[in-house]
Amino acid sequence: MTKLGKVKLPKRHLLSTRLWHWINAVSVIILFMSGLTISNAHRRLYWGDWGFETAQAWFVAPMFPGWATIPTRYSLAIARDYHIVFALVFGFSLLAFMLISLFNGHMTRDLFARAREWSPAHIWLDFKEHLKFNFEPVEGKYNILQKIAYGGVVFVLLPLMIFTGMAMSPGQEAAWPWLTEMFGGRQSARSIHFICAFALCAFLIMHVLLVLVSGPFRQMRDMITGGREQ
Amino acid sequence: MKRRNVLVGAMAAMVSACDKVSETSVFRSLVDGAQNWHRGLHRSLGFGRIEMAPEYTKSDISPFFRGNGSRDVDTDAYRASEAEGFANWQLAVTGLVDKDLSLSLADIHALPQRTQITRHDCVEGWSAIGQWTGPQLSEVLDQAGVKDGARYVVFHCADTLGGSKYYESIDLDDAYHPQTIIAHELNGEPLPVLNGAPLRMRIERQLGYKQAKYLTGIELVDSLKPIAGGEGGYWEDRAGYQWYAGI
Repeated sequence: MTKLGKVKLPKRHLLSTRLWHWINAVSVIILFMSGLTISNAHRRLYWGDWGFETAQAWFVAPMFPGWATIPTRYSLAIARDYHIVFALVFGFSLLAFMLISLFNGHMTRDLFARAREWSPAHIWLDFKEHLKFNFEPVEGKYNILQKIAYGGVVFVLLPLMIFTGMAMSPGQEAAWPWLTEMFGGRQSARSIHFICAFALCAFLIMHVLLVLVSGPFRQMRDMITGGREQ
Repeated sequence: MKRRNVLVGAMAAMVSACDKVSETSVFRSLVDGAQNWHRGLHRSLGFGRIEMAPEYTKSDISPFFRGNGSRDVDTDAYRASEAEGFANWQLAVTGLVDKDLSLSLADIHALPQRTQITRHDCVEGWSAIGQWTGPQLSEVLDQAGVKDGARYVVFHCADTLGGSKYYESIDLDDAYHPQTIIAHELNGEPLPVLNGAPLRMRIERQLGYKQAKYLTGIELVDSLKPIAGGEGGYWEDRAGYQWYAGI
C-alpha cells in the first residue's frame, strides 16, 4: 500500500483551524462594524477611570459613515445587540481554538517561533524575501514574519480585545475588579479596545492583500477544504 | 477590479442582511440568550462572593458630574416642590409588599445611610465618578416586607422623556445588593436637579440608564410585561436597549 500516488499527504489546514478561521473572520468583522457604531455614540477616548468631555480626551475618533457600520442607520441598541451576541461567539471560539491547537500541536509546531528564527539577521532575510514576493518558509509551515503576525493576533490582539471588552462591563468589573485596574481604569480599557480594533483592521487588510498576491484561489480553497501539504 | 467589486458586493450584502436580521424574532431571542449568558458569566465569575463595584477615594471624584437624559422635570408640580426644597416629596412603595409605604425625605434621611464613591458608566461610553449618600434599597424593602412571588423592583419617575414616563427595573439580586441605594446626596450636597433631585437610584453594577432619577415610586412585581412597553424600562421599550445593563 505504499505505492506512489496512493500516499495521502496530510491536510494543509486542520479542520479545527479552518472552522475557527471562518467563525472568527465573521465575528471580528461584525464586532468591528458594530463597534464603529458604538464609537459613533461617544467619539472621545480617555485614559484613566473616567472622562466625559473634550478637556479629558486624548483622541476624538472620526464619525464613521453608515456603509462601514452595523446597523447602517445609527442605532446604539442594535449595535450593542450584535456586539453582545458575537462577543460570546468570538471569545468562546478563540478559547476552543487555543485549547485544540495546544493539544494537537498546531500551536507549538507551527505558530511558536524557534530561537534561531528570532535572530535579527533571519528576520531581515525574511523581510527581503517578502519584498521579492517570496513567502516560502525556510522550514516549517510559516515564515518568521507570518509567525509574528499570526502569533501577535492570536496571542496578543484577540485576547486583548476580549479582556478590555470584559473590563468595560460594569457587571464583569464587579466580579473581576483587578482586570479593569490592570488596564489602568475603564476609560483606558476602552481606549486600548479601540486601538487594538484598528490594529486588527490593519492586520486584516494586510492579510487579505497577501492572500491576493500569493495565489488567492488556492489559498481560499485550502482554507475551506483543507488542501494538501506540498 | 472585478475581485474588489465582488468583495464590496459581499460586504454590502452582509451589511444589509444584518439590518434585516436584527428585526427578526430569531435574532431577538438570540440577543436575549446572549444577554443571559453575559449575566450568568458576570455572576458566576465572582465565585460566590458578593460582587462589589469598585469604590474610589475623594480625590478621584470628577470635577463635575455630567447629567444625561432628563436634566429637569418640566412640570408645575415639580417646580413647586423644588421651591420648597422637596419637603413634601413622597416616595411610594407599592405592589407585592406586606404594607404600602409613603416615605418623605425626612423618613429617607432617618434610615441608616451608606456613602459610596463610585463610577457611573453611560451606555454611550463615558464615565464620571461621584460620591452618593442614601439608604440601601434593602432597608426600605425590609420595612415594607416583600411578598413571595415578587421578582422585580420597578422604579417610577417624575420625568417624561420624548412623551413617555421614565421608569426602570431590576431583579431582586441587584435590589438587595449592598451598593444599591436611594441617593439623596451627590458629593455631600443635596442632589442637584440635573442629577435627579431629590431622589435617584444607584445600582452600581449596571449602566447609567438603570439609575432612575426623580424617583417617585418603588413597585414590586412578578412580571414586567404589563408595565408600559413591557420591556422593563424606558430605553428598553423605546430603543431596544438590553434589560440587563451590566454589559
